Amino acid sequence: MIQVELPDINNLQEQRNYLLRYAMLQLRDPHLAEDVVQETFLVAVENRDKFSGQSTLRTWLTGILKHKILDLRRKQRRESVLPNADDRQDPLENISIESFDDTGHWISPPQTWSNPSLSFENQKFWEVFEQCNQRMPLNCAQAFMMREFMDLSTAEICKELAISTTNCWVLLHRARLALRECLDLQWFGRK
Amino acid sequence: MLNCKQASELLSQALDRNITLREKFSLRLHLLICGGCNNFSKQIQVMREACRSYLEK
Repeated sequence: MIQVELPDINNLQEQRNYLLRYAMLQLRDPHLAEDVVQETFLVAVENRDKFSGQSTLRTWLTGILKHKILDLRRKQRRESVLPNADDRQDPLENISIESFDDTGHWISPPQTWSNPSLSFENQKFWEVFEQCNQRMPLNCAQAFMMREFMDLSTAEICKELAISTTNCWVLLHRARLALRECLDLQWFGRK
Repeated sequence: MLNCKQASELLSQALDRNITLREKFSLRLHLLICGGCNNFSKQIQVMREACRSYLEK
């Protein structure tokens, strides 16, 4: 019996949704997200011979998408659409001020988060998680997304954003404080 | 002796680089006496797992 492999439309739709979510998280703009995902599919079709099947289709597509997002970011920074990552007068300065008092102690010390893995099973948690990521101050978010969602090293992020290593750590620290605080307020502290 | 702000900075950096033995030691001393930073330490791990899981969903 000969088996013919037809492109699975459901599967493509699923991949598309995933890629859109990924792009939205980082770009925060539905039109830009739509654009990069379309470009990703174009590149994928053009280069389909290069898909070895060694990785999953999703991993392969995500790899292409990552490059597209980084390209777009570079372009935006060149055209100064994006604030500079080490822009001094950013509102996130408040976060570290608000988290700690003058002596460097927690103003309200983090409390235990009960059973996070159970939350991971809950669709509502992921909605909150998405919102909290979107609310993060933009320049922190850029570094954080590259680190946690694109799996770039600190050195790679510094190069991308043209910032110092120290500054990169500061941004990542602030991003984590902001995300932690948001999850705590919107989810873990509420239960 | 580290304060909480410094400890939380180091805890965050430990996710991005290999912190030195000296840093580890002072962090451990601080964590022995600080519940807030202990929770922070666990929570940034949870957030990292959440980022991974979010993409796997």
